[in-house]
Amino acid sequence: MARKGAAVEPEGSSASACMRERGGKIVGESQNIVGETAARIFADFADPQTINRAADGAWKEPLWQALAHAGLTLAWVPETLGGSGASLSDGFEVLTVAGRFAAPVPLAETLLAGWLLSTSGMPSPDGPMTIAPARPGDRITLRPDGTLSGHARGVPFASEARHLALLATGPAGPSVALVERGACRVERGENLASEASDIVTLDRAEPVRVAPVPSGFDQTALMLMGAAIRSVETAGALETILALSVRYADERIAFERPIGKFQAVQHNLARLAGEVAAAMTAAGSAADAIAGADDFDDAIFLEAASAKIRAAEAAQEGAAIAHQVHGAIGFTQEHVLHRFTLRMLAWRDDFGNESHWAAELGSRVAARGADEFWPLLASR
Amino acid sequence: MSAELRFDQIRLPPECDKLRGEVRAFLAQEIAAGTFDPDRPGHGDSHDAAFSRRVGAKGWIGMTWPKKYGGQERSFLERYVVTEEFRVANAPVRLHFVADRQSGPILLKYAPEHVKMDILPRICRGELCFVIGMSEPGSGSDLFAAKAKATRTERGWRLKGTKIWTSNAHIADYMLGLFRTSAPTKENRRHGLTQFLIDMKTPGITVNPIYQMTGQHDFNEVVFDDAVIPEDHVLGEVDGAWKQATSELAYERSGPERFLETFYVLIELIRALGPNPDLRSAEGLGRLVAQAHALRRMSVSVAGMLQAGKEPVVEGSLVKDLGTIWEQKLPGRVRELAAFLAPETGNRATLEEQLAFATKVAAKLTIQGGTTEILRGIIARGLGLR
Repeated sequence: MARKGAAVEPEGSSASACMRERGGKIVGESQNIVGETAARIFADFADPQTINRAADGAWKEPLWQALAHAGLTLAWVPETLGGSGASLSDGFEVLTVAGRFAAPVPLAETLLAGWLLSTSGMPSPDGPMTIAPARPGDRITLRPDGTLSGHARGVPFASEARHLALLATGPAGPSVALVERGACRVERGENLASEASDIVTLDRAEPVRVAPVPSGFDQTALMLMGAAIRSVETAGALETILALSVRYADERIAFERPIGKFQAVQHNLARLAGEVAAAMTAAGSAADAIAGADDFDDAIFLEAASAKIRAAEAAQEGAAIAHQVHGAIGFTQEHVLHRFTLRMLAWRDDFGNESHWAAELGSRVAARGADEFWPLLASR
Repeated sequence: MSAELRFDQIRLPPECDKLRGEVRAFLAQEIAAGTFDPDRPGHGDSHDAAFSRRVGAKGWIGMTWPKKYGGQERSFLERYVVTEEFRVANAPVRLHFVADRQSGPILLKYAPEHVKMDILPRICRGELCFVIGMSEPGSGSDLFAAKAKATRTERGWRLKGTKIWTSNAHIADYMLGLFRTSAPTKENRRHGLTQFLIDMKTPGITVNPIYQMTGQHDFNEVVFDDAVIPEDHVLGEVDGAWKQATSELAYERSGPERFLETFYVLIELIRALGPNPDLRSAEGLGRLVAQAHALRRMSVSVAGMLQAGKEPVVEGSLVKDLGTIWEQKLPGRVRELAAFLAPETGNRATLEEQLAFATKVAAKLTIQGGTTEILRGIIARGLGLR
């Protein structure tokens, strides 16, 4: 097969080798058994190069089974509620690893759904789940007769989920509801990365279970948690993008030198490293803050909103630089780069885009006043 | 290939909260007494001998150094708190800051014991101002092209040549200067440079002012015309300064001063926008807040990793690269967001005055202490590209 891709990408599949190398590093450095397990499963069942070449989605079921078997899909659900009871930190570590592999399965969504259900003391069912609403402006209502109505756009993987965990507003405040997918109308849509991003409509849908949320929990809290999750995944994807780009710059010869020897390319990669660094720090900080907090206060708002804003900015800058470094080959279907860049760009829109969070954060900072701004920043 | 970046999640320990309270109280007292005006940009860049002595008396200069040299043996994270609070308040730290940040630590590592015993306690008391003598008219970023010469004589080292862009030279007591003691070798062009401690009162040293485009005077040209300094004022290895110059850079590059230099315009913008900004202003402000938060978390992370004995050279360079570009762009972003302020906005004049100053200062931020281009070269090396 004398296609140009083969010529441009020497040493066979550099992307896979790169991913394995990263997987190995994760195992070596993290000292985190849960993250280690996730890295091993993704490397075995969701190698990006293999998935990218797969003719169908036959790889999905074994991957999901392996993740579920290892207890990762319900990591944030206590054992008493049917989960594996991992810490919030461990769950965020799993999602960082998932971001590094950009595997298109509803792992983050199932984790978040399980977490949402367990905040209200509800057990989690088996199988893939997702959550709604997934956008700040959408609302689901719990009606006085106990049924659910409403409309939620951009719900990730709704069409591939068995259940949905919903945050609904009822006469007595917000509640969490578990519904079967069959109880909703799901219109299949796609995000930039061609993953399911669906419109979910509930018209007097019967829930499996409903329970009130703990006091202080609301849709903003759910969006902040979702924002932190997407930030962490984005940071993971950016790490891989940097590794792919550096490796490619080292392998690709032009003008009789590896392109990574050219100062212009080096400086682009240094800028990419800066974006990766900012995203991983901001996302890691938000995850760390949420893991150590009791409720979603102003400090958590600053952390999670900032992470989503900065990660989205980094995704946009980082994707552009990575594609520039890769040239034409990175624009092809057969190269894995798009699996990471398009997913990151799509994640900008989930659980509040960066403009939404920036406007909210700016309003809060303004309301606190000029003299309270530095103390807030310095408190983190 | 090594593209592995690491930013540990460091939270400042509880002892920092107490210290921060003390620092804020001290600064409030100084502001109330009229020592400096936190709203007047440029003050943080200025010097005030009496103020520096009061800071020294608090134990906030050289605070990480051993007690026997006048230090407090406190952590780098505690020093971080002091540095950022002084910077945000626009306090006049110029006299002691260079000595605190980099000259002192170099002396601590490389000076003979009796020199350390003599000089370090005076730095800690806020009595000494240091200047860095590295750039020359023909060598700036290309440090190893330095030509100013030091020759060993019976009376000591004789210095000849010119250093330039030396901030503070006109008020400094001492310079840490880089001088050529041998020719570079074919194998190592960095060989042959030596670092010296130089008393600025030494006969044969002339300081000529260079005024900047901001109207301020920090820069100088320092001419050495056979100035002779003592034999024991060599710092570290003769001909081997290149090994010493790079190890301290993570400290110099990752501190809060690397993204807070124009921060006052952001605070003033918030004051100008008031409690209910329109959507455009709120969004623009929110992005700046998020970026500032991310930078600070990166900077704190590097401080924590340094405290833990790690060597985050690439991470430190990333903080300075991102941080200085951010603080350089900040006046422009604030100007855009302030474009539609009501004419009667109370602090409009203050904001405009600050913007004018910050806009002029901005140009230097990505040049001083390692240019953007040099930093990106270091980062690229860290990524395994060179």
